[in-house]
Amino acid sequence: MTETILEVTNLKKYFNHKHVVKAVDGVSFTLKKGETLGIVGESGCGKSTTGRMLMRLIDATEGSIVFQGKNLVDLSIKQMRAMRKDVQMIFQDPYASLNPRHTIERIIEEPMIVHKMGNKIERKERVRELLEIVGLSSDYAKRYPHQFSGGQRQRIGIARALAVRPKLIIADEPVSALDVSVQAQVLNLLDDLQKKFELTYLFIAHDLSVVRHISNRVAVMYLGRIVELANRDDLYDHPKHPYTKALLSSVPIPAPDFEKEETELKGDIPSPSNPPTGCPFHTRCPLVMEKCKTKVPQARQNSNGHYVVCHLYNDKEDMAI
Amino acid sequence: MPKLEHSPLQPANPIEIEKKTSFLRLLWHNYKKNKLAVIGLGIILAFIILAVFAGLIAPEGINEQKTGERLLPPSSQYWLGTDDFGRDILSRILHGARLSLTVGFVAVIGSVIVGTLVGVIAGYYGKWIDALISRGFDILLAFPSILLAIAIVAVLGPSLQNALLAIAIINVPTFGRIVRSKVLGLKEEDYVEAARSIGMKNSRIIIYHILPNSMAPIIVQATLCVATAILEAAALGFLGLGAQAPDPEWGRMLSDSRTYLQQAPWTVFFPGIAIMLTVLGFNLIGDGLRDALDPKMKE
Repeated sequence: MTETILEVTNLKKYFNHKHVVKAVDGVSFTLKKGETLGIVGESGCGKSTTGRMLMRLIDATEGSIVFQGKNLVDLSIKQMRAMRKDVQMIFQDPYASLNPRHTIERIIEEPMIVHKMGNKIERKERVRELLEIVGLSSDYAKRYPHQFSGGQRQRIGIARALAVRPKLIIADEPVSALDVSVQAQVLNLLDDLQKKFELTYLFIAHDLSVVRHISNRVAVMYLGRIVELANRDDLYDHPKHPYTKALLSSVPIPAPDFEKEETELKGDIPSPSNPPTGCPFHTRCPLVMEKCKTKVPQARQNSNGHYVVCHLYNDKEDMAI
Repeated sequence: MPKLEHSPLQPANPIEIEKKTSFLRLLWHNYKKNKLAVIGLGIILAFIILAVFAGLIAPEGINEQKTGERLLPPSSQYWLGTDDFGRDILSRILHGARLSLTVGFVAVIGSVIVGTLVGVIAGYYGKWIDALISRGFDILLAFPSILLAIAIVAVLGPSLQNALLAIAIINVPTFGRIVRSKVLGLKEEDYVEAARSIGMKNSRIIIYHILPNSMAPIIVQATLCVATAILEAAALGFLGLGAQAPDPEWGRMLSDSRTYLQQAPWTVFFPGIAIMLTVLGFNLIGDGLRDALDPKMKE
């Protein structure tokens, strides 16, 4: 068993506007060194908020984030700044995440300047090396972001994240703004980099096939909570939670004659400022039972580490169906 | 292009990208499309040159009085005529350009610096400090600007320097608000969040990411503001609160000669024209810059 690099326990984020918005409501998971955990869910389910809390870009309302033995929630601003060297982020929109007035060299060099790594010449050398690593020509260093395509920009964003040799990378929808053909290239790049630099990824996305491609384990979020978490193949081949089943059945299959089991979801995702009582999914669940409306289901885990929060499995010791 | 192994990612047209894109060159390329703006720039450059070399160009000294030659109409000797002290109006206008342009530039630079500083703090840090600063702006903006300037000069005492200071103060909220609103938008930008996630300090984020990207509206507003500053300085001069006699400040010249409006209209006409031309010039430049700095120009 490899060591645990990140342990998130009961993480919560409530926003206090007119109503309390429970954007993230008790999320727990662990990340082992070198693995990729995918987080999927509809927009507004709190997956990006979770990622931002791990970066302390927003502060958690409750819970702990233990990274390499240190609880990030308790760190001072100064300590956190030093910690950022080990945790880096890749952003969703490659058009917005690069300062339009800076050259590529400047953009990639910046984290190294901030963390006082090397001297000027070494940094420039490293920028060139990083550009080559992410599959760009080192001749591009003096150019500006607007001279690049979306895929190239995302590679630049990845190079920036790699500059300080982080251990954990939080990728917040890193390919959702890209063309499908470019998505594959970037995903493969992330895959290669993971092997090369022993990186750990937290991969946030809404695209199930993208997550399947890159993740070792997958967590499904609904209304600020993880409803199911399992090994990739386990989750995709034997989904347990009705929500996961519905999500998976909505993935288009490139075979028009294939008859698949359809689980269609009705209605909209409820407002996180006024979540339903009991199981948060009961308003849309095709298998809703009477107790779902009042009682919050407990988490259950089987011997494979397949974790699910649903009343269907609450009464069974072993969740096998 | 020496390397071709990245062919699928190569830009569609490499030649296009090979062209060195300097920001200023790009700006000029967009700016010169607007003919009026080029004219405005010409006017202002002409005034600047005239002001700088006023001492060499001016045919007479500013306070050279000839009692026998009072209120002479424009002629080959006195191109713009003489005033009630027999002073050459052309020479006075040329020297006055120095005063007016200096007041315009210095006052605006002052308001830009203070306004930007305060605006960035308000926009970036938000919360109570934003409330405090914004209410301060509201208070300053609640008064008609010229009235506020008069009040400030009345407290400090009438002089060109105090007029300059007053003009600088009344324009601070204009810049402060622009910068604040720009910063409010910029701090939500992904690249600012990226900078924060890298571990960058706020001061560094402001200097390297926020300020450079909020410069465009400030430059435009500053150019337009030079025009109003010159006008305000002239107005204060006219009211006797700015430059004092015998300084050849344009507003002052207008006010000194206004009693002769009927018998010697050129004494009022030409300083007025000078004010109008500079204000027009700066306004044209401002409009041209606004179009040229439009974010959509990125081509």
